[in-house]
Amino acid sequence: MRHRTRIEVGPVQFRIGSDWAAPIAALDRLYAGYPRDRDRPADATVRLFAARPWRRWLRPSVHIGGDYIVPDALPLPLSMGLLAAEMGMNLQVALGWRRHLLFHASAVAKDGRAVIVSGESGSGKSTLAALLGEGGWRLMGDEFTLVDPGSGDALAFPRAVSLKNEAIAEVAARVGPERLGPLLAGTPKGDIRHLIPRADAIAAMHEPVRPALLLFPRFGGAPAIERLGEGEAFVRLTEASTNYVTLGEAGFAALSRFVRETPAFTISYPDSARGMAIVEQLWAEAVR
Amino acid sequence: MADPFYRAAEEGALRVEPLGDLTAIFDRRSMQTHLVTQPMPEILAALAAGPCDAATLAARLADRFDLDGEGDAAAILSERLDELAAMGLVERA
Amino acid sequence: MSAVETLVDLLAGRRPAADLAPREWDGVIGVARAEVLLGTLAHRVEDGEVPGPVAWLFADCRAAAAVATKQALWEAEMARRALAPHGVEFVLLKGTAYAAAGLACAAGRQIGDLDILVPWHDLGRAENALLVAGWEWVKEDAYDDAYYRRHMHELPPLIHKARDRMIDVHHTILPRTHRVTPDALALVSDAVRTAGGFAVLCPTDMACHCAAHLIADGDLQGGLRNLWDFHALTGEFAALDRGFWGKLDERAEMHGLERAVHRAARLARDLYGTRLPSGWNSHPPGDGRYQRRLLARDDWGRATDPLLQQAFYIRSHWLRMPPTMLARHLWTKWRKG
Repeated sequence: MRHRTRIEVGPVQFRIGSDWAAPIAALDRLYAGYPRDRDRPADATVRLFAARPWRRWLRPSVHIGGDYIVPDALPLPLSMGLLAAEMGMNLQVALGWRRHLLFHASAVAKDGRAVIVSGESGSGKSTLAALLGEGGWRLMGDEFTLVDPGSGDALAFPRAVSLKNEAIAEVAARVGPERLGPLLAGTPKGDIRHLIPRADAIAAMHEPVRPALLLFPRFGGAPAIERLGEGEAFVRLTEASTNYVTLGEAGFAALSRFVRETPAFTISYPDSARGMAIVEQLWAEAVR
Repeated sequence: MADPFYRAAEEGALRVEPLGDLTAIFDRRSMQTHLVTQPMPEILAALAAGPCDAATLAARLADRFDLDGEGDAAAILSERLDELAAMGLVERA
Repeated sequence: MSAVETLVDLLAGRRPAADLAPREWDGVIGVARAEVLLGTLAHRVEDGEVPGPVAWLFADCRAAAAVATKQALWEAEMARRALAPHGVEFVLLKGTAYAAAGLACAAGRQIGDLDILVPWHDLGRAENALLVAGWEWVKEDAYDDAYYRRHMHELPPLIHKARDRMIDVHHTILPRTHRVTPDALALVSDAVRTAGGFAVLCPTDMACHCAAHLIADGDLQGGLRNLWDFHALTGEFAALDRGFWGKLDERAEMHGLERAVHRAARLARDLYGTRLPSGWNSHPPGDGRYQRRLLARDDWGRATDPLLQQAFYIRSHWLRMPPTMLARHLWTKWRKG
């Protein structure tokens, strides 16, 4: 393809091609601080393309493709090319990654122990991870967390954090503008702005971490903590995993072990400050 | 129609992991995971002694549960066996 | 050399994997994914010959294919449990048949739906037995329903409500409206048993069906993958039976598929190096057009022939991702075409 780049996030090497220069330039800026190995073959291919040649210029709309595609996914306007790239990268990992058990979850780590936060968008998992990552925690990722079936360790996937709506101002107040991507206003997912993880989080992205705690957050309502049984955590994680079935017995063994060894809780919290306090409290109890 | 006989999966086909109140069963033939509650694991274990119908199974389980070996217990077990057969965990013999 | 040509050379064993520059793998892997041949490639090359990240990716592919193969064979077993009590016997077709028969081409091969062949007169009973056992129509659509029954060579697709897996029940191997009408009765009566107790087509019929699927039934469906099946199947059968090609000739003629079978054989020879007996070794000029279409992919895995772009839909439908509705929807969409 005409414009291209390569990005390494955690264990995944992406090859990204585009019919336009702008999305690639935006990616290169967001991922400038990530390690680059130009000789490493790609694990996943993302394509951003115009459905018809003239649509490169005339009302340009970006279709998302690659190794895996969702045929009826709507294209995005070129101004949201960065979001299209992010969606394309997520899609390839969610559908294509087989080496580790993949959870739709954010994660942060401290002292070699990880807190894994699983939830739908709107649960606040991304915001919690971003804010903790600006404090005393290492950000492992805001979208996917990988578990190695052999060791049971959690592996990071620290892509640029996708901040949405209110979270944008909350995080922007704490970081310099050089850590933020352009504001993408009025996308199908609301306003979006990307946060570049801290340099130490990127430098540590290949270091595995022992899971200490599994949380299922719910944003809104009075603070509440409820312990989850192993069986229910198992069920919820099968739903949060995009590749559990394809891993066969290795996935089953990894997941059984994970829910036995990792205490799990549902938490409710009215604001980020109290959400973070709950995470700190549960983590302190879990690693004691 | 006579009560159907059911047969357990061959040895080694299932991997059973108790997880608190639930039991996760991985079927190595289908690559499927089944999450079940009592008395499903007990039924599978009792059936491993050899193919049988619901009434015989009730008698086998009577030691472990408060069953009278006839009537209601057999009717309930008959339903459970049907569910297990739909999951492929047991087969009509 | 384009990535798709490199892929074909690697599969054919014409080029050692160790010869590739690390970055050449990007295109090869992209094209292999698009042609649903990555698992096959992962079984064809030795881990020691390729860069580390490629070896890891190939190991992932082999593991995932092994899981998928078991799932596919389980669908066959569940169909047997549903149909046997009603006295309906069936013959496994395509990918599931190759796996059940332990054929070499099954290694790493993706398997889509469960395809089974039942005699025409058993179709009604098969349909009822499957509906009783938890399969349901993918869609309630009277027009399509009538269309399938009248014109296609299968029942409208059924999907199992708990396992979300599709079954296609065929009563012959080409649409009834097709000008070629293979002898469906012979397909069933000459089927052979696998060690696991399933019936599959006899070797010559299996090769005929593979060629028909590739050439007669649609526009080069499955492309390079189907052609690889044909290459591997005929190679394996010919190694076991010196008279295989002669028998295949007779059988193809009986089914009215001699043109499709001969064309598939020549294309397999030209691309994968299939060794053909002398009577098969012609070079008609029309083959070039087929070959170009089979190789119509760029280094980013994109189909450069618009007619082949529907292959995307086939592949996506194979994904079977957890939002199970996705698979269902894609299926419907693809069928509606």
